[in-house]
Amino acid sequence: MQLTTLFATALFFLALLSGCSQRPESSLYQQLGGEDGIASITDGLLREIEQDQRIVHHFADTDIERFRKLLAEQLCELSGGPCRYSGGTMQQSHTGFNISLADYDALVDGLIKVMQQQKISISAQNQLLALLAPMYKDISYR
Amino acid sequence: MILRLILLLGCLLTSMASLAGSKIIATGGASTIEGSAGGGIVPWAVINGYGSSGEWAATAFATQVGVDDFTLNVLGASISYDNNWEWSLARQTFKLDNLGGELRQDIFGLKYHIAGELLYTALPQFSLGLQYKKHRDFALPSAVGARDDTGLDLYLAASKMLFDQVAGRNVLLNATLRATKANQTGLLGFGNADNNDYQLVFEGSAVLLLNYNLALGVEFKQKPNQLAFANEQHWRDIFAAWFINKQLSLVAGYADLGSIAGFNSQQGYYVSIEGAW
Ligand code: HEM
Repeated sequence: MQLTTLFATALFFLALLSGCSQRPESSLYQQLGGEDGIASITDGLLREIEQDQRIVHHFADTDIERFRKLLAEQLCELSGGPCRYSGGTMQQSHTGFNISLADYDALVDGLIKVMQQQKISISAQNQLLALLAPMYKDISYR
Repeated sequence: MILRLILLLGCLLTSMASLAGSKIIATGGASTIEGSAGGGIVPWAVINGYGSSGEWAATAFATQVGVDDFTLNVLGASISYDNNWEWSLARQTFKLDNLGGELRQDIFGLKYHIAGELLYTALPQFSLGLQYKKHRDFALPSAVGARDDTGLDLYLAASKMLFDQVAGRNVLLNATLRATKANQTGLLGFGNADNNDYQLVFEGSAVLLLNYNLALGVEFKQKPNQLAFANEQHWRDIFAAWFINKQLSLVAGYADLGSIAGFNSQQGYYVSIEGAW
């Protein structure tokens, strides 16, 4: 009983703390650094993919310039930025690659690494992950 | 013993290159006192270690729980495959600090991930598990009324990571339904003279992930109360977990184990170290 109270108190203070240190009113797009921030995240992720033996083979025939442009567009639109994603649906674009849970984990791991390196706040990281995680059902095992 | 294992773990860790699997850090959970992946006392639907689809993983852990009149030491290990199968072994030694003597129990665990993905599906991750428990010092449990020295626990666990919940942090929720005949999780044997029925109990955990490496959690474990000689109560704990990297994690907590064998209000520390490969 004491323990639960203690935990509830800790949660309360954390909530309070975050209230005081004002949750940024700005959109996720701004929290990610706007156009420049998203360009660095996209480039960072491409570098991670390139060096990741677990998943790089999926991109053997990919037009990387096109992929970079579309990924940046998509991250921009998703995060509330002033862009329109012009690529295919996630389902269409990933069909035939049989992308596994391990592939998905590897890519998310790479993205997290890049966001950490770029000192994106943990809150903004989690907001972006919350948007990307549900795409799993459209992307995996197709 | 514990110290030696810790040293051994340390040596292994430093000598082995990073063979960790693809799962995201902390998503393998910690090792429970029963050896299954979870928190400290509640098994979760997550699979031990960092093996994602098609990957193998292994873990080894040492845990000590020290409450007023008892000390529980646990050593265990697990292997897992495909983020779907988990096999675990745990050896518990429950020291009766005041009465003298000890009660030992071995637990073989099997867990199968049946649906959902912790991070990626709206459906929580669901797993079915069983724990076969074998008591190795049954004279005392028998003397206080336990029927069997072996028992089989069955459980269904659901776990879900919710992103960006409290101050932008992620929250992991877990609920577990367990069918058991165990008295004090088996440390006092299984069933009693009059009753050999399964009891259905609920267990739950809530964990706040401060960042990728640090988490704060609270757990509750409902327990049956079947032995006439002494009252048995529900367990609870709070803990902080530090996932230093995918190879090494530490958990420290405070546990309230209620009344055990007539000794009331058993509270104290919980510490655990886990190595994963
Ligand atoms: C985290 C969620 C993901 C997002 C938001 C995402 C986004 C995208 C986008 C926007 C495209 C371009 C679509 C188009 O060409 O019209 C694309 C293509 C591609 N994605 Fe993903 N992706 C994700 C996960 C993954 C994963 C896990 C893999 C494999 C490891 C993967 C492999 C590929 C490949 C190989 C292509 C290129 C297909 C081609 O060459 O035509 N994606 N992705």
